[in-house]
Amino acid sequence: MLTKRIIPCLDIKDGRTVKGVNFVDIRDAGDPVELGAAYAAQGADELVFLDISATNEKRKTFAALVKEIATYVNIPFTVGGGITCLADVAPLLEAGADKVSINSAAVKNPDLIDELAKAFGSQFVALAIDARKVDNQWIVHTHGGSNPSGKKLFSWAKEGQSRGAGEILFTSMDHDGTKKGFAIDPLAKLHELLDIPVIASGGAGSMQHFLEAFVLGKADAALAASLFHFGELTISDLKKYLQTNGVPVRV
Amino acid sequence: MVAVIRYNAGNIRSVAFALERLDVEFSITDNHEEIQKADQVIFPGVGEASSTMKYLQDHKLDIMIKELKQPVLGICLGMQLMCSFSEENNTTCLGIFDEHVKLFQSVKHEKVPHMGWNSLTLTNGWLDNRVNEQFVYFVHSYYVPVNPHTTAITDYILPFSSAIKKDNFYAVQFHPEKSSLMGEIVLRSFLNKS
Repeated sequence: MLTKRIIPCLDIKDGRTVKGVNFVDIRDAGDPVELGAAYAAQGADELVFLDISATNEKRKTFAALVKEIATYVNIPFTVGGGITCLADVAPLLEAGADKVSINSAAVKNPDLIDELAKAFGSQFVALAIDARKVDNQWIVHTHGGSNPSGKKLFSWAKEGQSRGAGEILFTSMDHDGTKKGFAIDPLAKLHELLDIPVIASGGAGSMQHFLEAFVLGKADAALAASLFHFGELTISDLKKYLQTNGVPVRV
Repeated sequence: MVAVIRYNAGNIRSVAFALERLDVEFSITDNHEEIQKADQVIFPGVGEASSTMKYLQDHKLDIMIKELKQPVLGICLGMQLMCSFSEENNTTCLGIFDEHVKLFQSVKHEKVPHMGWNSLTLTNGWLDNRVNEQFVYFVHSYYVPVNPHTTAITDYILPFSSAIKKDNFYAVQFHPEKSSLMGEIVLRSFLNKS
């Protein structure tokens, strides 16, 4: 049976992991390669590395880092952050990334989705959507959730699918960082609407929140960052809990 | 020495990284002589059937691969190209396995591509028993039906071949290079063949 995926997300700035990490068994908590390998060993199903470096110059170091990650990490991983065109992607895939995620650039230029899917296949393209509720509508926001765009979550997700995205990574900006649970209703609606997998993101605070995202939100995968980084929850404990509650997971 | 066949398909680098992790000597090559004299050959790939078959034909790799005598491992698209025909752009393939590769028919809430970790049930043959009922990583929209050469079955929409074997030709639909410890066991058990 196809299992639900648990995905730790690591933010990278200038080649280093940002946000504190509280793993006892890690020598260098700022080293994305070591951290990624540790998550893989704990039972993570995939990893996401987001480059949040401010300048293009610093971003160049990211491709070298991706190659390091691919050398040491034996599970699939997605890279994203700052991808604006086809030319940004080829070096990342060549370096060994399994998928790329695109966000603001796709909102600005939706044809980018088609171009990437055509060049590399849909399975390489994850469309990340940040949205928050404004006047009872889920509105897509760009640039880390700060700028409202003219797009609405559900129609944009559907458009992304038809343009060739292989996966939707939906982050509720209203839930992100609250630790009060994922945005269940829009997840369930995305599931009804789409034929491609949906990754839930934003709001994870407990094991029960993951269970809700899978059972009620029908998500195919769930992503979290600080919850794992600070050691509040281990992936192996989370998977045992999900299995006990009838969710198919790889243990 | 292991030869990894170089052609116009994706994810060949990922296989190379996995072999590096296993400390195996290998070369990524489309040189016929180098491939022919390798101890084992890996035929990886993520991509589209017709354009990759055309590339293989243009480089006369199609005939050479079929005539290889050492153990050959097809991965994902590599496995599909070892069959006789693929529904992906109605492509005539290598014909090592007399099977037609079919497109998954999406049913509600069973999404295509089949992407993620799914389990294997070994039916016989070459895969290490330690991987029986364990999880490996899949990404594919087309599948090889269950047939007399099937050595492992996975269930998604319907039971399909997750591994096949005939003579010196071995093939897996999943990605051992991305399947953590289970994938390493699969690669090791292939690399022990002679």
